Amino acid sequence: MVYDEVVEIRFHGRGGQGVVTAANVLVDALLKAGLYGQAIPFFGAERRGAPVVAYARVSKKPIRTRSSIKSPSVVVVLDSKLSELVNVLEGLKPGGVILINSPEKLDIKKGFKTCYVDAVKIALRHNLMLSGWALVNMPIVGALARILEVPIEAVENSIRERMEGKIGELNAIAAREAYNEVVCVE
Amino acid sequence: MALKTLTGNYAIATAVKLARVKVISAYPITPQTTIVEKLSEMIELGELEADMIRVESEHSALAAVYGAASGGVRSFTATSSHGLLYMHEMLWWVAGARIPIVMAVVSRTIGPPWNIWTDHSDVMDHRDTGWLITFVENNQEALDETIKLFRITEDKRVYLPGIVALDAFILSHTTEPVDVPDQSLVDAFLPPREQPYVFRAGNPLVLGNIPRDLKWNMRMREDVHKAMERAKKVIEEADHLWEKIVGRRHGGLTECYRCEDAKHFMIGVGAWVGDMKEAVDYLRDRFGLRVGLIKVRYFRPFPSEDIIKWLNNAASAVVFDRSISPSVGGPVFIEVLASLASAGVRTPVRGVIAGLAGVDVTHEDLANVMLTSISEVEELGAFKQNVLWFYGGE
Amino acid sequence: MSDELVLPLAKPIIGVSGRTGTWRLQKPTYDSSKCIKCRLCWLYCPDSVIDLNEDAASFITINYDYCKGCGICSSVCPTKAITMSPEG
Repeated sequence: MVYDEVVEIRFHGRGGQGVVTAANVLVDALLKAGLYGQAIPFFGAERRGAPVVAYARVSKKPIRTRSSIKSPSVVVVLDSKLSELVNVLEGLKPGGVILINSPEKLDIKKGFKTCYVDAVKIALRHNLMLSGWALVNMPIVGALARILEVPIEAVENSIRERMEGKIGELNAIAAREAYNEVVCVE
Repeated sequence: MALKTLTGNYAIATAVKLARVKVISAYPITPQTTIVEKLSEMIELGELEADMIRVESEHSALAAVYGAASGGVRSFTATSSHGLLYMHEMLWWVAGARIPIVMAVVSRTIGPPWNIWTDHSDVMDHRDTGWLITFVENNQEALDETIKLFRITEDKRVYLPGIVALDAFILSHTTEPVDVPDQSLVDAFLPPREQPYVFRAGNPLVLGNIPRDLKWNMRMREDVHKAMERAKKVIEEADHLWEKIVGRRHGGLTECYRCEDAKHFMIGVGAWVGDMKEAVDYLRDRFGLRVGLIKVRYFRPFPSEDIIKWLNNAASAVVFDRSISPSVGGPVFIEVLASLASAGVRTPVRGVIAGLAGVDVTHEDLANVMLTSISEVEELGAFKQNVLWFYGGE
Repeated sequence: MSDELVLPLAKPIIGVSGRTGTWRLQKPTYDSSKCIKCRLCWLYCPDSVIDLNEDAASFITINYDYCKGCGICSSVCPTKAITMSPEG
């Protein structure tokens, strides 16, 4: 991707799944890849388990836009069951990409590119669990890097910087596996 | 020098660390809290040698910082919205006492109803206190201007406290690349603290006694006014020095974007100036309109001279305000009108009230307001209404 | 430059309001033989007119130029080493 135009991304997750951290790690990785990013959290009455969103922008130039993202080109869904609660496709640009944490392809409306990765399986493979939840946010960033054509090394290094020690190492490995395992269909 | 990804709040905390602040006091309030959380962490890790004074209110936070600063050390506080209002009385004391202090205000809507999103009402409510007030557009400017403000406020020609205002969430909690200057560069830029007097044991002073001569009181207020005027030059100098040492300029009191051949001007303060720049490009590229943007970087002192210079031969100007002085208009609009009137400039000016309470405004929205305004002024030679409420495109 | 600033500052000086001792109707008298050097009079005096003489025979000195005769020193004195009597 050349990023002449700003690419806008929306993350859907549950409170506690780490969508804000995912957006932040993505922006760190973009910087390492020579791109500019903006990670924008959205705050409301958050609580663990409730549907939450975060946003990001990608560009080859410094980003001046501050208004909210209404029609993203990429939607990232950390929990496939969220689509029963919120319209995760809202505003998604025609021809846009939806990346979803799922073991198999899901039936998504025509006109979008669908990518899926089994982030739960990858997380559990490395025992990345906390309070009964699989830690899927870093594998999801790994898969997203593939879609955005950002080198996975940039993601791995960004994860290691934000999370020290073994936990950073395992998350970096999980991100690379998701980068390799993500499948996209038109 | 190194590019790092920082939120606006972490950019402020980083600037405070680089400025070698010695005393910090604050009371938590959304969306300011992560500034002082980060500073606490820096103190805990031994990265910053400073004392953090915990207090029970914002009024006490500024009182504590005022005490420390009067004792001769560089001091910092931060707040937002209702916290700033609760602090209001102390702002007058600090400015009147001519004690340099830097405060970050994460500008947030004032209730009722409760609302955590950005608008500029909280900061604008303090325009008459005697504090310097700068609004920043992005996290880089948040970092740079905080450091600069220490130098500016501690300049003997100024000796007034200063507010660096950043928009809630769209800057405070948004992560983006920020160039963090080396400590050695900041040390070269920022001399040791100076202030008009220091309270010390063995040198008793009385501050704020009832004056026998009321004219003394009045002269103090005039002196604050004059210092604010002198600050204009000091701000420009600091901007040039920062460029010389760090290699980056944001403009002095104002930044004029694509103004050279502009006929119609947008004017604004704060983060949405970025969206205004997008709107200027859009209007020029898509419609061939000669539109420019005056970004007011310092609201106090107000850059009347710059406004007069740019608008003297302009066809029109539209001022976008994210706050309102009821029955008059937006604070920036009022100052622009006053500046032009003082110089006899009769350029038509419209004040648009938008984005209050965090209502989203896109660059297309801004461009649409400009298209309507420009066609009105070209047809009628004036605006139909001077103050326009704009709620956005949806 | 700071000399040119107009500041809300004052330097405290002795007797800025004149000789307030002339206001006095009751005069405190000190008896050093009863004094236990507790310093309460020195602490409580609202006009700071009591000085301490650490090693002298008379432990305190009252500055009658500025003592207004309020009697607080006498009332806080636990041994009645300070007594009030009409001004002569």
